[in-house]
Amino acid sequence: MTEHIPEEQLILHYYGELPESPAIDDHIGSCPQCRGEYHALQRVLNSVDSAPVPSRSADYGQQVWSRVSSKLPGARRKWFAFSQRWVAIAAMAGLVVCAFLAGRYSPHSSDTAPVATAAGSTQVRDGILLVSVRDHLERSQVVLRELANSSETAMDITPERTMAGSLVEANRLYRQTAAATGEASVVNILDDLERVLLEISNSPDNISAAQLAELRNRIEAQGLLFKVQIIGSKLRDRVSMPPAPLTKTKL
Amino acid sequence: MEESDEAAITLALAGDGDGFRILVERYSRGVFRLACRMTGNEFDSEDVVQETFLRAHRQLTSYESRSSFSTWLYRIAANYSLDLLRSRRRHEDRHTSTTVEGVDVLDNISTPAPGQDRMYFSAQIKEKLESALGELSDQERTAFTLRHFEGMSIEEIGEVLTIGTSATKNSIFRAVRKLRDALQPLTA
Repeated sequence: MTEHIPEEQLILHYYGELPESPAIDDHIGSCPQCRGEYHALQRVLNSVDSAPVPSRSADYGQQVWSRVSSKLPGARRKWFAFSQRWVAIAAMAGLVVCAFLAGRYSPHSSDTAPVATAAGSTQVRDGILLVSVRDHLERSQVVLRELANSSETAMDITPERTMAGSLVEANRLYRQTAAATGEASVVNILDDLERVLLEISNSPDNISAAQLAELRNRIEAQGLLFKVQIIGSKLRDRVSMPPAPLTKTKL
Repeated sequence: MEESDEAAITLALAGDGDGFRILVERYSRGVFRLACRMTGNEFDSEDVVQETFLRAHRQLTSYESRSSFSTWLYRIAANYSLDLLRSRRRHEDRHTSTTVEGVDVLDNISTPAPGQDRMYFSAQIKEKLESALGELSDQERTAFTLRHFEGMSIEEIGEVLTIGTSATKNSIFRAVRKLRDALQPLTA
């Protein structure tokens, strides 16, 4: 081999995709230019390996199984009372999603649908969504408060972890619905909330003082509890108000 | 003794939930890593993990052992990650055009910058890398991720992307070239 090796060949060589690798190795060994080029390529591709991905705890597979198994048809299920309750909540969220999407995207023809009926169904739909999101935020607040206000240096967070894991499911449904319908503020709050819930649910049962402090920092740095309280309070007000003439409103 | 993938698949196909549980517990972390590299987003990756196993369960009867189970599973994960990237892009386009209406109370509360999501890239080279990966097309990113991180063959990657061998190679070449442009000044 007398000519220099093209970049494409060097890339395939790096990945072991070339049958004539020994000849290329020989050439790289004897040609300073190709050797320099290959080493530069190696440095770049090796640096790509240095990019870590977020870590997951050793029992991550079991956590995934507990989420997935409930959704498998015919899978053997071992339900505990509390998980039944949370699956019901997730199912409720799913129903709300469907109702919300259906209402949002159903064509409303002024010729065929009386305005009052359309407005009424929109009010019912929005009402269900408001109540569901409000309840979801209230449940989430319980978890966040428990951790944010804890005075312990290390603690067993099994109940909070379990609850956070269950809330992630419902949260995801609400967030996806909000994203699909362009509800930016709801997406933002649920996005923030999901990150923290996920972090809590992926934590070990017994967390150290440092891990607890990190969780508290996450909650406090984002002002999450404050935001959740504000939105929860707004939703409570709206739910308790008598039906207003409906225009397109944002949560 | 640890069950082999084949034994676990046989159990799962026979209706024994423990068979599929073994596979989920064995490959969850791998699927999560792949999804993170494909989507660049930790939270989308959780969606990918869950949906990958649901799809795998539905399609398990069509699994043929000519490729390893992990390759078959990662193919499902890569395809779903691609779907997610595309729908995210569509949503971002639509979102940009719908957020102009009205001002919301939450707009006045500071929210973390999107960059804070990427908690795993703190050093300069990692930031550059993330940015460079973001510049890749879906096809380039998928081809590169499957080749570089998952060690899939060119043919297997072509199957995932439903493109030929030459097109697969070209996607990898383009991806590597873009990464070199971005990273070489730092690694020299």
